[in-house]
Amino acid sequence: MTLKRSVAILPLLLVALAVIVFAACGDDDDGDATDSPTPGDGTAAPTDTDAPSGSHSQILQDVIDRGSLNCGVNNAVPGFGNLLPDGSFAGFDIDYCKAVAAAVLGDSEAVDYTPLSASARLTAVQTGQVDVLIRNTTWTTGRDADSGLTFATTTFYDGQGMMVRAADGFTSVDDLAAATICSLEGTTTELNLTDRLPDAELVTYDSNDTLQTAFIEERCDGWTSDKSQLAGRRSEFPADSGGPEALVVLGETFSKEPLGPVTIDNDAQWSDIVNWVVIGTIAAEELGVTSSNVAAMAADPPSVSVARLLGVGFGGEAVTDTGLDVDVTFMQDVIAQVGNYGEIYETNVTPIGIVRAGTLNALWTDGGMIYSPPFK
Amino acid sequence: MLLTVLSNERVRRYLFQAVFALVILVFGYVLIANIQAELEGIGLEIFPFVSTKGSFPFIDVSADFLDQRAGFSIDQTSFGFDYSASDSYSRAFITGLLNTIQVSIIGIAIATVLGVIVGVSRLSSNWLVSRVATLYVETFRNVPLVVQLIFWYVAVFLKAPRIGDSLDFFGIAFLSVRGLALPEVHGTSGFGTWFIFVAIAIVVAGAVRYLLTRRQDETGQPSYPWWGASGALLAIAGASFLILGAPLDVDSPEVGRFSYEGGMTIRPEFTALLFGLSIYTASFIAEIVRGSILAIPKGQTEAAQALGFNGSQRLRLVILPQAMAIIIPPLTNQYLNLMKNSSLAVAVAYKDLFDVGAVTINQAGQAVPLVALLMAAYLSLSLTISAVMNGIYSRLKWRSARQ
Repeated sequence: MTLKRSVAILPLLLVALAVIVFAACGDDDDGDATDSPTPGDGTAAPTDTDAPSGSHSQILQDVIDRGSLNCGVNNAVPGFGNLLPDGSFAGFDIDYCKAVAAAVLGDSEAVDYTPLSASARLTAVQTGQVDVLIRNTTWTTGRDADSGLTFATTTFYDGQGMMVRAADGFTSVDDLAAATICSLEGTTTELNLTDRLPDAELVTYDSNDTLQTAFIEERCDGWTSDKSQLAGRRSEFPADSGGPEALVVLGETFSKEPLGPVTIDNDAQWSDIVNWVVIGTIAAEELGVTSSNVAAMAADPPSVSVARLLGVGFGGEAVTDTGLDVDVTFMQDVIAQVGNYGEIYETNVTPIGIVRAGTLNALWTDGGMIYSPPFK
Repeated sequence: MLLTVLSNERVRRYLFQAVFALVILVFGYVLIANIQAELEGIGLEIFPFVSTKGSFPFIDVSADFLDQRAGFSIDQTSFGFDYSASDSYSRAFITGLLNTIQVSIIGIAIATVLGVIVGVSRLSSNWLVSRVATLYVETFRNVPLVVQLIFWYVAVFLKAPRIGDSLDFFGIAFLSVRGLALPEVHGTSGFGTWFIFVAIAIVVAGAVRYLLTRRQDETGQPSYPWWGASGALLAIAGASFLILGAPLDVDSPEVGRFSYEGGMTIRPEFTALLFGLSIYTASFIAEIVRGSILAIPKGQTEAAQALGFNGSQRLRLVILPQAMAIIIPPLTNQYLNLMKNSSLAVAVAYKDLFDVGAVTINQAGQAVPLVALLMAAYLSLSLTISAVMNGIYSRLKWRSARQ
């Protein structure tokens, strides 16, 4: 009898539990319902009908409420995104996280870094785990159109290369036609290699550190990745394995890898903010605004372009509102706290041995591809 | 009226079930609808192969992204399955699935044998044997599997000699950091004929076993039916093999510049995963075996002793058959764990189902349908293992009930 009764109670308990869970979900729905007339277009609605005092961007609002920016980064590429022994992050991409935080929150240190593996990074943006992904991510049609993501202006024009052991004596990528190649998995690199060397055997790793160990043990003959990453790893190749001199990055570049920040597709305002922070750093370099002279230039702008970039009046002209929903002086914070494009490059990329002059990453005035649309 | 109906216990029970089912359904609907709405916001669909246009969700496999070219290569394949980078995502998925199945089946076999040996050894009266077994169990049971996998891969298999200095096993097999190269055996023209002889050999072996068992039962003298059967099998199969002029073609590996040419190569990634999984799981199986043997009353051992059985006969004929009934349910759990733990393969660069799924998510950007597919695939594998083990279990119970 007692057994029977307890069995009868069990579904009752489950129902109660389900009702509680369901009710909790229902509350969330109610919250959305005030924004959206129908539950079907729940995500588009908040940007349509928001309080006039708030921003138009849900992510921007979340970042401001949270007081920090969630930035998806790499933690194993010296020069671009690297976790240092003291627990801090440093690199070219890291500085762009700082730049976005400076623009939005006025504080370049208000960043929570989320190290992401190559294969987990896109999902992290899609699900909102990170507000922006700045992790040497290549801009491709598939990722832009098919995966619900938006790419900002390219920060670094990269290309895939091949690194080999100097002692092996390879001089061209074709020497490796039947070789074993190591690469990171879930990358465009993996696909490019298959196109370039269809007969090579590919071993893919989920971390650069395991990959490096395997490469040292000669599990593979070539290490393929973006040249920036190869240069970074080469610069810190362990001395007991021969140091940087033991490795050679072959000359051939066999793919285009334009790297830039990634945001989710459904928040155009947020994507614009990230995009114009990048453009702003380039514009600042074009105009000669640096972290050391930005304060002086803001006080007394030498030209109308500089005034517009820094959000100050010029010659009696009113301050132009960018319409980006961030402080008009946001580029002052970015340049003062992080620097312009050239400074960010010099601090991070030059030390790992990638010379800027003569590459695609030089300013367009120097024959490169780094170009800023007009800031007005 | 309502109260009268509700006071009926049967009605009440069904009512609760109905309400519960309804709540689950509504909960599921809200969940799916929410994901769908969120994904549509960024231009994705929850199940691209289920069209949400129209009044009823129609399955539309033709428009499936899974048919698109995968573009990434998987060099590790199983069961002779062919895959190249120009194949579709679905074919890549199957390749990963087969890789998972292969490492699971071999892993389960090794873990079982090793686990039984270690479990029995722990009960050995030999001090050294039982201590070594205890050390084994305590070491491998208490270190996280992913640490063990990295250990086997980085500290053991990657430390093998470079390919130029391959360990040479009589020119037949080679071992280096690029893998273990073994000769591959292909059947030639006479192979089919030889196969017929093998079939005959199996039938004869069965008959021999039957006759010898009957003689043993009748006379009470041990006549070793298994030895007799194996002897008959080997004799017929071996003799016909030689008469047909060895209808097998051996493809021996040779050390090349980058990898082994010819033969077959077992890659260190696979070996590391296999070692890690089997050795880890064997430590749990050992404890299950030990516990189950201890659960058999001591009187059984004593009775077997009284009948004049020696140590191995006691174990083989009296203790283990009874222990089996206790072993199998927890053993099933370990098999399931081994299969599911194989998803850690990515740590050692082995292309298993989860790894291929993760790469596909990254390349195709379709997380929700792929995660659903992954879950369905692992669920099917688990249910298959459970079904097989339950089948063995009920057969065992049926046999012991019959005796």
